[in-house]
Amino acid sequence: MASSLGTPTLSAIVFFLLIVALTLAVTYWAAKRTRSTAEFFAAGRSIGAFQNGLALAGDYMSAASFLGITGLVALSGYDGMIYATGWIVGWPALMFLIAEPLRNLGKYTFADVVAFRLRQAPVRVASAIGGILTLLFYTIAQMVGAGNLVALMFGIPYEAAVTIVGGVMLLYVLFGGMIATTWVQIIKAVLLLSGVTLLMLMVLAKFDFSIGALYAAVAARYGQTALEPGGLVTDPIEAVSLGLALMFGLLGLPHILMRFYTVPDSSAARGSVLYATGFIGYFYLIIPIVGFGAAALVGRDAIRRIDAGGNMSAPLVAELLGGTAFLGFIAAVAFATILAVVAGLTLAGASAISHDIFLHVVRKGRASEHEQVRVARAATIVFGVAAVLLGVAFKGQNVAFMVGLAFSVAASANFPALLLSIVWRRFNTAGAVAAILTGAVLSVGLIALSPTVLVDLFHRTSAIVPLRNPAIVSMSAAFVAGVVVSLLSTEPRAIAMYDDEKLRVYLGLGAE
Amino acid sequence: MTLIRTRRDVLESAEFRRLVERRWLVSLALTAALFVGYYGFILLVATNKPLLATRIGETVTLGIPLGMAIIVLAWLLTAAYVWWANRQYDPEVRRLRDQIR
Repeated sequence: MASSLGTPTLSAIVFFLLIVALTLAVTYWAAKRTRSTAEFFAAGRSIGAFQNGLALAGDYMSAASFLGITGLVALSGYDGMIYATGWIVGWPALMFLIAEPLRNLGKYTFADVVAFRLRQAPVRVASAIGGILTLLFYTIAQMVGAGNLVALMFGIPYEAAVTIVGGVMLLYVLFGGMIATTWVQIIKAVLLLSGVTLLMLMVLAKFDFSIGALYAAVAARYGQTALEPGGLVTDPIEAVSLGLALMFGLLGLPHILMRFYTVPDSSAARGSVLYATGFIGYFYLIIPIVGFGAAALVGRDAIRRIDAGGNMSAPLVAELLGGTAFLGFIAAVAFATILAVVAGLTLAGASAISHDIFLHVVRKGRASEHEQVRVARAATIVFGVAAVLLGVAFKGQNVAFMVGLAFSVAASANFPALLLSIVWRRFNTAGAVAAILTGAVLSVGLIALSPTVLVDLFHRTSAIVPLRNPAIVSMSAAFVAGVVVSLLSTEPRAIAMYDDEKLRVYLGLGAE
Repeated sequence: MTLIRTRRDVLESAEFRRLVERRWLVSLALTAALFVGYYGFILLVATNKPLLATRIGETVTLGIPLGMAIIVLAWLLTAAYVWWANRQYDPEVRRLRDQIR
């Protein structure tokens, strides 16, 4: 089959321009409502549970998971489904462990929660290190992915693609702050969910809406092994470690945690997790069908010819079933997905710099709202330009491991300190700093010495650390460091303030 | 007539302590169910591939519905928490909050 992938088709450009025009119109509307810090960072806490559920789903469902998991299922079959399950299990954990305390204790960032009863400067700096490190790895993976995907789908040069993503998302964040970013996420989530639903229905229509017939076609063409577990999960420790990173990494992703401050109260926060889990679960239930459909209808060889990693299997099956126009729609949706995710990451980075570092460390909590928003906007520009430059710098590198790295850092540096600060009276400043730094240094260090980097990237024959994903070690070590260091020192104020914290966590007394 | 208490009284009351205890009992029980479901599934894949490769239909393997069940379980557990919190937790929170002036 001849594919028009890689040539800028009229339909792709029209759909893309429509999406950009719509999101910029939303940004214009949002810009007029974005003055105070609560508006810039938290959309004035005016977002409903349903909308926030969609926005959370929008932040989480990246182009990498849409195109990557479809590709994994198309090329490796059942292994892709196993991988997909790991991406949903963080959501119930987020609900049970931190969603409501996070909403009740914090103002704009997760560092508000950790620093609630601890000494501001050290905790804010450590949290910002953990948070920004997570955002940076996540952003690099998104930008490189964006450059490759857009170049592959639209045929425009890599650098131009990265610059367009950086430029458009800067407009959203700079002028529309959290209000625009939230609505961009909602638009993107609706487009992505409906695009994938349509794609799934078109695939199933080819098999008379019998999912058994689809599996039979895959098994007939690639053997029964396509429906059996393959080589993805073999070592139990490695599998659990990856599972821990995926599950608890979500509980430490700054751009996700930040969304909980956009809703009015903790029961709305609860509702938004339920909606988000529904949307995301539905998404991961149906993408394997698209992946199996691509394998059965387009064929693995044809998919590999376009992209060895299989990333183009969803666009290819879209073209086969819906022609160039539908391919254009799916390509535009994938592009919009990247824009929205990078916008969310940038806003989280800007709030860490403005709210955590500028306000609480540099100015010791004294700065006007006007000043804070100005610093946040400057930080947005710095973060956006850095994202584009990093995207260009990492061109051609295999950055797939960076998403895993971001989740490992989030699970090891951010999550343990967050949880301990909520549940443990004795937790103190020294313990928090120790937990965050131990988690950050160990997760980055262990990955640098792992087969993921040494064997895959630098082509050495063996690695110093055998684990591909360090979370099982680095997250446990962060908890141990947090507990031991807290026990070695005393901080009477932190203990005394725990009562206030409890009333606020469980009853919402004094919550923003 | 509603009871008026100080923050400290509420904090030290048996009801507040029970509320916090219940909250963690429910969420840790659900977390445990999530762990058993998800890590059980992953460990089953790692240690017993032939079981998951068992055919339950013409070509469909046991692994396929099991994988889907994990996703559905994740949503059901989340829904169970919200159901509990809306029915049991929130009314008690409102009652205690109203006592504090």
